[in-house]
Amino acid sequence: MLPITRPTDIATASIVDLVGNTPLVRLRSVEARAGTGAEIWAKCEFANPGGSVKDRAARKMILDALADGRLAPGKTLIDSTSGNTGVAYSMIGAALGVPVTLVMPANVSAARKNITAAYGTEVIFSSELEGSDGAIRLVRQIVAETPEKWFFPDQYGNPSNPGAHYEGTGPEIVRQTGGRVTHFVTGIGTTGTLMGTGRFLKGHDPKIRVTAMQPDDALHGLEGLKHLPSSIVPAIWHPEGIVDDTIWMPTDEGWDMSEHLVHEEGLFVGHSSGGNVAAALRVAKQAGPGAVVVTVLCDRGDRYFAPLSWDRKQIY
Amino acid sequence: MPNVRIPTPLRKLTEGKEEVACAGATVRAVFDDLDRQHPGIKARICDDAGGVRKFINVFANEEDIRFLQNLDTPVGDKDEISIVPAIAGGRDVDVEPAAR
Repeated sequence: MLPITRPTDIATASIVDLVGNTPLVRLRSVEARAGTGAEIWAKCEFANPGGSVKDRAARKMILDALADGRLAPGKTLIDSTSGNTGVAYSMIGAALGVPVTLVMPANVSAARKNITAAYGTEVIFSSELEGSDGAIRLVRQIVAETPEKWFFPDQYGNPSNPGAHYEGTGPEIVRQTGGRVTHFVTGIGTTGTLMGTGRFLKGHDPKIRVTAMQPDDALHGLEGLKHLPSSIVPAIWHPEGIVDDTIWMPTDEGWDMSEHLVHEEGLFVGHSSGGNVAAALRVAKQAGPGAVVVTVLCDRGDRYFAPLSWDRKQIY
Repeated sequence: MPNVRIPTPLRKLTEGKEEVACAGATVRAVFDDLDRQHPGIKARICDDAGGVRKFINVFANEEDIRFLQNLDTPVGDKDEISIVPAIAGGRDVDVEPAAR
């Protein structure tokens, strides 16, 4: 397929049109750490209008549902999210006139609670002890009680989520590297970025190596990412024929890379981005000269570095 | 005794229990007693230097102990201590099958 090149001086009717077509930035200081001559590049997904990679999936899930009638006037969008998808739903919902309700663990950062509230979104809190799986179970329960009221995109099971990356992120990477990409590595949460981008890249050139990064332990600090052996496995996760390798990432290695990126590259990104670049560094060390390793900077760091707090009385 | 609320990824160490009553007048003493009752759990919460791992937040009632006296924060008999990991998913018990 031929990707569409969008001019950077675009004027458009809606913020919804501004999702995707993010810049690709080279990480020379990380290449220097690898010392193998491999190139390392990162997709600046924080440049999406809602501030994260989740804008892509949210837009396509909503537009596809509007197109086929799953989402219609009178219905409210509801889903579970640890934050970024919630911001994306809220932004696109506000722009398109779709009311949004979110189920979040009570310990999501105050910054993201405040952002979603600013859009007018209703938030229901699940237990802070049960993480994103607790939010998944709660949203399923709410939808089961009054199914007619809701449009439940179910980002963990909706093919439009990886579809957004198959149509967007993948072709953009091929175009932006001039077709030179040899490796793609990213962490998995819903697994949508890896599934969609990986499927496109494998179709483009089966020799491109696709690596999944997962936290190395159930108890970890790479927010937004899933340790699949101990999690509800997303229904869109079909690694067969797409994922060649898995890197098990210690929290400290990802956090250290986040600090490196802000100090040495001026990239103030979240911990999942740090984990992604740390994984790209490992891939680059193995790959050697001529390799063009691409990863993803999922969001900015300013959504995280605030003291955590919650109000127990708000928990559903 | 103070009650310690256990996050899902650590409940395999507490036989699935969500709350464990522990003796102690500080968070540190409470965690020591928790480790006596459920050996190995303290090493998951604290690093080799003895401090709380930086991606784990410990709350005395609803206050982050980093903004109190950390592990030396005093706790009373009716207090509740919560061990809260980052938002991440992940648990070691009762893994459900995929959604569909």
